[in-house]
Amino acid sequence: MIYLDNVATSFPKPDAVIRAMSNFLERAGGNPGRSGHRLSIEAGRIVYNAREAIAELFHARDPLCVIFTLNATHALNLVLRGIVRSGDRVVMTSMEHNAVMRPLRALERAGVQLIVAPCARDGSLDLDAMRRAITPGTRLVVVNHASNVVGTILPIAEIARIAHGAGALVLVDAAQTAGVLPIDVQTMGFDLLAFTGHKSLYGPPGTGGLIIGEMVDTAIIEPLWRGGTGSRSEFEEQPDDLPDKFESGTQNGVGIAGLGAGVRFVLERGIENIRAHEVELTRLLIDGLQAIPGVVVHGTRDGQKCTAVVSFTIPGHQVSEIGLRLDEEFGVLCRVGLHCAPAAHRTIGTFPQGTVRFAPGIFTTQDDLCATIDAVRRIVQG
Amino acid sequence: MNHGVVLFHTTSAALRAEKILVQAQLVVKLIPTPREFSSDCGIAVRFEWNHAARVKELLDNARVEVAGINQIK
Repeated sequence: MIYLDNVATSFPKPDAVIRAMSNFLERAGGNPGRSGHRLSIEAGRIVYNAREAIAELFHARDPLCVIFTLNATHALNLVLRGIVRSGDRVVMTSMEHNAVMRPLRALERAGVQLIVAPCARDGSLDLDAMRRAITPGTRLVVVNHASNVVGTILPIAEIARIAHGAGALVLVDAAQTAGVLPIDVQTMGFDLLAFTGHKSLYGPPGTGGLIIGEMVDTAIIEPLWRGGTGSRSEFEEQPDDLPDKFESGTQNGVGIAGLGAGVRFVLERGIENIRAHEVELTRLLIDGLQAIPGVVVHGTRDGQKCTAVVSFTIPGHQVSEIGLRLDEEFGVLCRVGLHCAPAAHRTIGTFPQGTVRFAPGIFTTQDDLCATIDAVRRIVQG
Repeated sequence: MNHGVVLFHTTSAALRAEKILVQAQLVVKLIPTPREFSSDCGIAVRFEWNHAARVKELLDNARVEVAGINQIK
Protein backbone atom coordinates (compact mmCIF):
# COMPACT_ATOMS: atom_id res chain seq x y z
CA MET A 1 0.00 0.00 0.00
CA ILE A 2 1.25 3.48 -0.87
CA TYR A 3 -0.47 6.23 1.09
CA LEU A 4 -0.54 9.53 -0.82
CA ASP A 5 -3.32 11.36 0.99
CA ASN A 6 -1.21 12.99 3.69
CA VAL A 7 -2.61 16.48 3.19
CA ALA A 8 -6.07 15.17 4.05
CA THR A 9 -4.84 13.18 7.07
CA SER A 10 -1.27 12.06 7.61
CA PHE A 11 -0.70 8.32 7.91
CA PRO A 12 0.92 6.49 9.57
CA LYS A 13 1.40 8.43 12.81
CA PRO A 14 4.76 8.38 14.62
CA ASP A 15 4.97 5.76 17.40
CA ALA A 16 5.46 8.56 19.95
CA VAL A 17 1.98 9.89 19.11
CA ILE A 18 0.32 6.53 19.67
CA ARG A 19 2.26 6.04 22.93
CA ALA A 20 1.31 9.51 24.20
CA MET A 21 -2.38 8.86 23.57
CA SER A 22 -2.26 5.44 25.14
CA ASN A 23 -0.38 6.88 28.14
CA PHE A 24 -3.01 9.60 28.56
CA LEU A 25 -5.84 7.06 28.68
CA GLU A 26 -3.96 4.63 30.91
CA ARG A 27 -2.29 6.98 33.36
CA ALA A 28 -3.59 10.53 33.13
CA GLY A 29 -7.27 10.17 32.44
CA GLY A 30 -8.48 13.00 34.70
CA ASN A 31 -10.28 16.08 33.47
CA PRO A 32 -7.58 18.57 32.45
CA GLY A 33 -7.78 21.81 34.38
CA ARG A 34 -10.83 21.08 36.49
CA SER A 35 -9.89 19.38 39.72
CA GLY A 36 -6.96 19.58 42.09
CA HIS A 37 -6.22 15.85 42.31
CA ARG A 38 -3.21 14.22 40.72
CA LEU A 39 -4.93 12.68 37.68
CA SER A 40 -6.57 15.97 36.74
CA ILE A 41 -3.31 17.85 37.23
CA GLU A 42 -1.39 15.28 35.18
CA ALA A 43 -3.92 15.60 32.35
CA GLY A 44 -3.65 19.39 32.63
CA ARG A 45 0.14 19.18 32.43
CA ILE A 46 -0.01 17.11 29.25
CA VAL A 47 -2.37 19.63 27.65
CA TYR A 48 -0.17 22.52 28.83
CA ASN A 49 2.99 20.86 27.47
CA ALA A 50 1.31 20.51 24.07
CA ARG A 51 0.49 24.23 24.22
CA GLU A 52 4.15 24.94 24.89
CA ALA A 53 5.36 22.72 22.04
CA ILE A 54 3.02 24.51 19.63
CA ALA A 55 4.15 27.94 20.85
CA GLU A 56 7.74 26.84 20.24
CA LEU A 57 6.96 25.58 16.73
CA PHE A 58 5.29 28.83 15.66
CA HIS A 59 7.56 31.09 17.75
CA ALA A 60 4.65 32.43 19.78
CA ARG A 61 5.89 34.17 22.93
CA ASP A 62 3.10 33.06 25.26
CA PRO A 63 1.79 29.45 25.31
CA LEU A 64 -1.51 30.76 26.72
CA CYS A 65 -2.19 32.42 23.34
CA VAL A 66 -2.51 28.91 21.85
CA ILE A 67 -6.22 28.05 21.73
CA PHE A 68 -7.09 24.39 21.15
CA THR A 69 -9.85 23.65 18.67
CA LEU A 70 -11.22 20.57 16.93
CA ASN A 71 -9.44 21.34 13.64
CA ALA A 72 -8.50 24.27 11.39
CA THR A 73 -12.13 24.71 10.28
CA HIS A 74 -13.15 25.30 13.90
CA ALA A 75 -10.31 27.79 14.41
CA LEU A 76 -11.21 29.65 11.21
CA ASN A 77 -14.88 29.80 12.17
CA LEU A 78 -13.93 31.05 15.62
CA VAL A 79 -12.20 34.06 14.07
CA LEU A 80 -14.57 34.70 11.17
CA ARG A 81 -17.74 34.47 13.23
CA GLY A 82 -16.09 36.00 16.28
CA ILE A 83 -14.74 39.16 14.64
CA VAL A 84 -16.52 39.94 11.38
CA ARG A 85 -19.71 42.01 11.64
CA SER A 86 -22.28 43.24 9.12
CA GLY A 87 -20.83 46.14 7.11
CA ASP A 88 -17.22 44.95 7.50
CA ARG A 89 -15.03 44.51 4.45
CA VAL A 90 -13.15 41.20 4.19
CA VAL A 91 -10.56 40.20 1.57
CA MET A 92 -9.63 36.62 0.67
CA THR A 93 -8.05 34.89 -2.34
CA SER A 94 -9.59 32.73 -5.03
CA MET A 95 -7.60 29.72 -3.77
CA GLU A 96 -9.36 29.41 -0.41
CA HIS A 97 -10.73 26.14 0.96
CA ASN A 98 -14.42 25.84 1.84
CA ALA A 99 -13.38 26.11 5.51
CA VAL A 100 -12.88 29.82 4.74
CA MET A 101 -15.21 30.19 1.76
CA ARG A 102 -18.42 28.85 3.33
CA PRO A 103 -18.32 30.86 6.58
CA LEU A 104 -17.50 33.98 4.55
CA ARG A 105 -20.26 33.40 1.99
CA ALA A 106 -22.70 33.06 4.90
CA LEU A 107 -21.38 36.32 6.40
CA GLU A 108 -21.74 37.96 2.98
CA ARG A 109 -25.44 37.14 3.05
CA ALA A 110 -25.57 38.81 6.46
CA GLY A 111 -24.20 42.09 5.08
CA VAL A 112 -20.42 41.63 4.99
CA GLN A 113 -18.63 43.00 1.93
CA LEU A 114 -16.49 40.18 0.52
CA ILE A 115 -13.65 40.82 -1.95
CA VAL A 116 -11.93 37.92 -3.69
CA ALA A 117 -8.38 38.66 -4.88
CA PRO A 118 -7.85 36.56 -8.01
CA CYS A 119 -4.98 34.08 -8.21
CA ALA A 120 -3.28 32.92 -11.42
CA ARG A 121 -3.87 29.48 -12.97
CA ASP A 122 -0.89 28.05 -11.11
CA GLY A 123 -2.42 29.25 -7.84
CA SER A 124 0.06 32.09 -7.35
CA LEU A 125 -1.03 35.52 -6.20
CA ASP A 126 -0.18 38.85 -7.79
CA LEU A 127 0.68 41.13 -4.85
CA ASP A 128 -0.50 44.18 -6.83
CA ALA A 129 -3.95 42.58 -7.08
CA MET A 130 -3.82 42.12 -3.31
CA ARG A 131 -2.80 45.76 -2.82
CA ARG A 132 -5.78 46.88 -4.89
CA ALA A 133 -8.15 44.59 -2.99
CA ILE A 134 -7.00 45.64 0.50
CA THR A 135 -8.33 49.19 0.65
CA PRO A 136 -8.14 51.31 3.82
CA GLY A 137 -10.93 50.32 6.19
CA THR A 138 -10.67 46.60 5.36
CA ARG A 139 -11.43 44.70 8.55
CA LEU A 140 -9.81 41.35 7.86
CA VAL A 141 -7.63 39.64 5.26
CA VAL A 142 -7.87 35.84 5.14
CA VAL A 143 -5.28 33.84 3.20
CA ASN A 144 -4.20 30.25 2.96
CA HIS A 145 -0.47 29.70 3.41
CA ALA A 146 -0.51 26.99 0.76
CA SER A 147 -3.25 25.50 -1.41
CA ASN A 148 -4.65 22.09 -0.54
CA VAL A 149 -5.21 21.45 -4.27
CA VAL A 150 -1.88 22.35 -5.91
CA GLY A 151 0.29 23.29 -2.93
CA THR A 152 1.14 26.76 -4.23
CA ILE A 153 2.72 28.78 -1.41
CA LEU A 154 1.43 32.34 -0.95
CA PRO A 155 3.68 35.20 0.24
CA ILE A 156 1.90 35.62 3.55
CA ALA A 157 4.48 37.87 5.23
CA GLU A 158 4.17 40.37 2.36
CA ILE A 159 0.37 40.09 2.45
CA ALA A 160 0.47 40.78 6.21
CA ARG A 161 2.51 43.93 5.60
CA ILE A 162 0.04 45.18 2.99
CA ALA A 163 -2.91 44.38 5.26
CA HIS A 164 -1.40 46.11 8.27
CA GLY A 165 -0.68 49.16 6.10
CA ALA A 166 -4.43 49.38 5.49
CA GLY A 167 -5.28 48.76 9.15
CA ALA A 168 -6.66 45.26 8.57
CA LEU A 169 -6.16 42.16 10.70
CA VAL A 170 -4.59 39.08 9.07
CA LEU A 171 -5.85 35.53 9.49
CA VAL A 172 -3.64 32.81 7.99
CA ASP A 173 -5.01 29.35 7.23
CA ALA A 174 -1.97 27.15 7.87
CA ALA A 175 -3.79 23.83 7.53
CA GLN A 176 -1.37 22.78 4.79
CA THR A 177 1.84 24.28 6.11
CA ALA A 178 2.01 23.85 9.89
CA GLY A 179 4.88 21.40 10.39
CA VAL A 180 6.04 21.72 6.78
CA LEU A 181 7.16 25.33 6.26
CA PRO A 182 8.85 27.65 8.77
CA ILE A 183 6.22 29.80 10.47
CA ASP A 184 7.13 32.59 12.87
CA VAL A 185 4.07 34.49 14.07
CA GLN A 186 6.22 37.29 15.47
CA THR A 187 8.46 38.12 12.51
CA MET A 188 5.93 37.22 9.81
CA GLY A 189 3.41 39.54 11.41
CA PHE A 190 0.18 37.55 11.45
CA ASP A 191 -2.52 38.41 13.91
CA LEU A 192 -4.23 35.04 13.85
CA LEU A 193 -3.02 31.64 12.68
CA ALA A 194 -5.33 28.64 12.29
CA PHE A 195 -3.82 25.15 12.09
CA THR A 196 -4.96 21.56 12.26
CA GLY A 197 -3.34 18.70 14.16
CA HIS A 198 -4.08 15.71 11.96
CA LYS A 199 -2.04 16.61 8.88
CA SER A 200 1.63 17.64 9.06
CA LEU A 201 1.72 17.88 12.85
CA TYR A 202 1.03 14.10 12.97
CA GLY A 203 -1.64 14.34 15.68
CA PRO A 204 -4.98 12.54 15.60
CA PRO A 205 -8.13 13.93 13.96
CA GLY A 206 -10.12 16.19 16.27
CA THR A 207 -7.15 18.40 17.17
CA GLY A 208 -6.09 21.82 15.96
CA GLY A 209 -5.83 25.34 17.16
CA LEU A 210 -5.60 29.06 16.82
CA ILE A 211 -2.63 31.26 17.69
CA ILE A 212 -3.71 34.73 18.77
CA GLY A 213 -1.02 37.34 18.15
CA GLU A 214 0.19 39.60 20.94
CA MET A 215 -1.19 42.72 19.25
CA VAL A 216 -4.75 41.41 18.97
CA ASP A 217 -7.26 42.79 21.44
CA THR A 218 -9.06 39.58 22.39
CA ALA A 219 -12.06 41.58 23.60
CA ILE A 220 -13.06 41.96 19.92
CA ILE A 221 -13.42 38.18 19.45
CA GLU A 222 -16.72 36.71 20.58
CA PRO A 223 -16.40 33.04 21.58
CA LEU A 224 -18.28 30.52 19.41
CA TRP A 225 -19.69 28.97 22.56
CA ARG A 226 -19.54 29.59 26.28
CA GLY A 227 -19.46 27.29 29.27
CA GLY A 228 -17.36 25.78 32.02
CA THR A 229 -13.65 26.52 32.03
CA GLY A 230 -12.54 25.44 35.51
CA SER A 231 -11.75 29.09 36.22
CA ARG A 232 -13.66 32.01 37.76
CA SER A 233 -16.33 29.48 38.64
CA GLU A 234 -18.11 31.89 40.95
CA PHE A 235 -19.21 33.96 37.93
CA GLU A 236 -22.03 33.15 35.53
CA GLU A 237 -20.34 35.25 32.81
CA GLN A 238 -17.69 33.90 30.44
CA PRO A 239 -14.14 34.84 31.55
CA ASP A 240 -11.93 36.97 29.28
CA ASP A 241 -8.69 35.17 30.15
CA LEU A 242 -6.81 33.18 27.51
CA PRO A 243 -7.08 30.39 26.68
CA ASP A 244 -10.23 29.85 28.75
CA LYS A 245 -12.40 32.38 26.92
CA PHE A 246 -12.36 30.17 23.82
CA GLU A 247 -12.00 26.71 25.40
CA SER A 248 -15.26 26.02 27.22
CA GLY A 249 -16.14 22.41 27.88
CA THR A 250 -13.87 19.43 28.52
CA GLN A 251 -10.89 19.36 26.19
CA ASN A 252 -9.94 16.52 23.87
CA GLY A 253 -7.13 15.59 26.27
CA VAL A 254 -6.22 12.31 24.62
CA GLY A 255 -6.12 13.96 21.20
CA ILE A 256 -4.07 16.88 22.47
CA ALA A 257 -1.64 14.42 24.11
CA GLY A 258 -1.11 12.91 20.65
CA LEU A 259 -0.84 16.32 19.03
CA GLY A 260 1.80 17.43 21.53
CA ALA A 261 3.86 14.33 20.75
CA GLY A 262 3.40 14.97 17.02
CA VAL A 263 4.67 18.53 17.36
CA ARG A 264 7.66 17.31 19.38
CA PHE A 265 8.34 14.81 16.59
CA VAL A 266 8.33 17.67 14.07
CA LEU A 267 10.60 19.82 16.27
CA GLU A 268 13.05 16.93 16.66
CA ARG A 269 13.17 16.18 12.93
CA GLY A 270 13.48 19.87 12.13
CA ILE A 271 11.27 21.80 9.72
CA GLU A 272 14.22 22.29 7.34
CA ASN A 273 14.82 18.52 7.08
CA ILE A 274 11.12 17.79 6.63
CA ARG A 275 10.86 20.44 3.94
CA ALA A 276 13.96 19.20 2.12
CA HIS A 277 12.55 15.66 2.03
CA GLU A 278 9.20 16.87 0.74
CA VAL A 279 10.72 19.12 -1.94
CA GLU A 280 12.71 16.14 -3.20
CA LEU A 281 9.61 13.92 -3.31
CA THR A 282 7.49 16.62 -4.94
CA ARG A 283 10.08 17.18 -7.69
CA LEU A 284 10.33 13.48 -8.37
CA LEU A 285 6.56 13.23 -8.63
CA ILE A 286 6.15 16.30 -10.87
CA ASP A 287 8.96 15.24 -13.22
CA GLY A 288 7.79 11.62 -13.37
CA LEU A 289 4.17 12.53 -14.10
CA GLN A 290 5.06 15.19 -16.67
CA ALA A 291 7.17 12.66 -18.55
CA ILE A 292 4.06 10.55 -19.23
CA PRO A 293 2.41 11.61 -22.51
CA GLY A 294 -1.21 12.56 -21.88
CA VAL A 295 -0.78 13.58 -18.22
CA VAL A 296 -1.39 17.24 -17.35
CA VAL A 297 0.19 18.42 -14.09
CA HIS A 298 -1.45 21.50 -12.56
CA GLY A 299 0.01 24.22 -10.34
CA THR A 300 3.49 25.73 -10.28
CA ARG A 301 5.24 22.47 -11.33
CA ASP A 302 8.11 23.67 -9.14
CA GLY A 303 8.86 21.78 -5.93
CA GLN A 304 10.31 24.90 -4.30
CA LYS A 305 7.17 26.94 -4.87
CA CYS A 306 4.68 24.43 -3.50
CA THR A 307 4.13 22.03 -0.62
CA ALA A 308 4.07 18.27 -1.21
CA VAL A 309 0.84 18.29 -3.20
CA VAL A 310 0.70 17.33 -6.88
CA SER A 311 -2.58 17.54 -8.79
CA PHE A 312 -2.97 16.12 -12.27
CA THR A 313 -5.56 15.14 -14.86
CA ILE A 314 -5.51 12.80 -17.84
CA PRO A 315 -7.78 14.11 -20.61
CA GLY A 316 -10.12 11.31 -21.66
CA HIS A 317 -10.10 9.68 -18.22
CA GLN A 318 -12.42 10.58 -15.32
CA VAL A 319 -10.53 11.35 -12.12
CA SER A 320 -12.83 8.98 -10.22
CA GLU A 321 -11.89 6.13 -12.54
CA ILE A 322 -8.18 6.89 -12.11
CA GLY A 323 -8.57 6.97 -8.33
CA LEU A 324 -10.42 3.67 -8.24
CA ARG A 325 -7.86 1.92 -10.46
CA LEU A 326 -4.94 3.31 -8.44
CA ASP A 327 -6.48 1.91 -5.27
CA GLU A 328 -7.74 -1.45 -6.55
CA GLU A 329 -5.01 -2.41 -9.01
CA PHE A 330 -1.94 -0.70 -7.59
CA GLY A 331 -2.63 -0.05 -3.89
CA VAL A 332 -2.05 3.69 -4.33
CA LEU A 333 -4.33 5.71 -2.03
CA CYS A 334 -5.05 9.29 -3.02
CA ARG A 335 -7.91 11.78 -3.21
CA VAL A 336 -9.70 12.73 -6.41
CA GLY A 337 -12.31 15.41 -7.15
CA LEU A 338 -12.67 18.94 -5.84
CA HIS A 339 -10.92 18.58 -2.46
CA CYS A 340 -13.47 20.86 -0.70
CA ALA A 341 -12.06 23.79 -2.66
CA PRO A 342 -14.29 24.59 -5.67
CA ALA A 343 -12.90 28.13 -5.94
CA ALA A 344 -9.34 26.81 -6.22
CA HIS A 345 -10.40 24.39 -8.96
CA ARG A 346 -12.12 27.23 -10.83
CA THR A 347 -8.90 29.23 -10.54
CA ILE A 348 -6.68 26.47 -11.93
CA GLY A 349 -9.24 25.53 -14.60
CA THR A 350 -10.26 22.08 -13.37
CA PHE A 351 -13.81 22.78 -12.17
CA PRO A 352 -16.09 20.79 -11.97
CA GLN A 353 -14.22 17.57 -12.84
CA GLY A 354 -11.45 18.14 -10.30
CA THR A 355 -8.05 16.48 -10.24
CA VAL A 356 -6.22 13.44 -8.98
CA ARG A 357 -4.15 14.60 -6.00
CA PHE A 358 -0.97 12.90 -4.76
CA ALA A 359 0.28 14.07 -1.37
CA PRO A 360 3.38 12.23 -0.15
CA GLY A 361 4.44 12.65 3.47
CA ILE A 362 7.35 12.28 5.80
CA PHE A 363 7.22 8.46 5.61
CA THR A 364 6.89 8.27 1.81
CA THR A 365 9.94 6.92 -0.03
CA GLN A 366 11.28 7.55 -3.52
CA ASP A 367 10.54 3.89 -4.33
CA ASP A 368 6.88 4.50 -3.40
CA LEU A 369 6.72 7.36 -5.89
CA CYS A 370 8.50 5.46 -8.68
CA ALA A 371 5.91 2.68 -8.29
CA THR A 372 3.14 5.29 -8.29
CA ILE A 373 4.39 6.97 -11.46
CA ASP A 374 4.62 3.54 -13.10
CA ALA A 375 1.02 2.84 -12.08
CA VAL A 376 -0.16 6.09 -13.71
CA ARG A 377 1.77 5.23 -16.88
CA ARG A 378 0.02 1.85 -17.06
CA ILE A 379 -3.40 3.48 -16.57
CA VAL A 380 -2.71 5.96 -19.40
CA GLN A 381 -1.65 3.10 -21.64
CA GLY A 382 -5.00 1.46 -21.01
CA MET B 1 7.39 24.31 56.92
CA ASN B 2 5.88 27.73 56.31
CA HIS B 3 4.08 27.78 52.93
CA GLY B 4 2.59 30.29 50.56
CA VAL B 5 0.30 29.87 47.56
CA VAL B 6 0.15 31.63 44.22
CA LEU B 7 -3.37 32.00 42.84
CA PHE B 8 -4.23 32.27 39.14
CA HIS B 9 -7.12 33.16 36.86
CA THR B 10 -6.66 30.04 34.69
CA THR B 11 -5.40 26.51 35.16
CA SER B 12 -3.10 26.99 32.18
CA ALA B 13 -1.40 29.88 33.97
CA ALA B 14 -0.98 27.74 37.10
CA LEU B 15 0.60 24.95 35.05
CA ARG B 16 2.86 27.42 33.29
CA ALA B 17 3.95 28.88 36.64
CA GLU B 18 4.66 25.45 38.06
CA LYS B 19 6.97 24.70 35.15
CA ILE B 20 8.85 27.99 35.45
CA LEU B 21 9.34 27.59 39.20
CA VAL B 22 10.45 23.95 38.92
CA GLN B 23 12.96 24.96 36.23
CA ALA B 24 14.31 27.51 38.73
CA GLN B 25 14.72 24.57 41.17
CA LEU B 26 12.17 25.81 43.66
CA VAL B 27 10.18 23.21 45.59
CA VAL B 28 6.55 23.71 44.58
CA LYS B 29 3.36 21.66 44.41
CA LEU B 30 0.07 22.14 42.62
CA ILE B 31 -2.76 21.93 45.14
CA PRO B 32 -6.50 22.56 45.11
CA THR B 33 -6.89 26.27 45.84
CA PRO B 34 -7.44 26.76 49.58
CA ARG B 35 -10.99 28.04 49.88
CA GLU B 36 -10.08 30.78 52.33
CA PHE B 37 -8.44 32.62 49.44
CA SER B 38 -11.50 32.08 47.18
CA SER B 39 -9.48 32.04 44.03
CA ASP B 40 -10.56 32.19 40.41
CA CYS B 41 -9.10 28.88 39.41
CA GLY B 42 -9.24 25.42 40.97
CA ILE B 43 -5.52 24.85 41.41
CA ALA B 44 -2.83 26.93 43.03
CA VAL B 45 0.95 26.63 43.33
CA ARG B 46 2.20 26.03 46.88
CA PHE B 47 5.74 27.11 47.64
CA GLU B 48 8.06 27.67 50.60
CA TRP B 49 7.22 31.11 51.93
CA ASN B 50 10.84 32.19 52.44
CA HIS B 51 11.12 32.14 48.60
CA ALA B 52 8.16 34.50 48.09
CA ALA B 53 10.21 37.32 46.56
CA ARG B 54 11.96 34.94 44.15
CA VAL B 55 8.63 33.37 43.12
CA LYS B 56 7.14 36.77 42.41
CA GLU B 57 10.19 37.87 40.44
CA LEU B 58 10.28 34.73 38.28
CA LEU B 59 6.58 34.94 37.43
CA ASP B 60 6.78 38.68 36.74
CA ASN B 61 9.72 38.17 34.40
CA ALA B 62 7.85 35.47 32.48
CA ARG B 63 4.76 37.71 32.40
CA VAL B 64 2.53 35.08 33.99
CA GLU B 65 -0.65 36.71 35.20
CA VAL B 66 -1.08 36.10 38.91
CA ALA B 67 -4.33 36.57 40.86
CA GLY B 68 -2.60 36.79 44.22
CA ILE B 69 0.20 35.51 46.45
CA ASN B 70 -0.79 34.56 50.00
CA GLN B 71 0.87 33.07 53.03
CA ILE B 72 -0.81 29.96 54.44
CA LYS B 73 -1.37 30.55 58.15
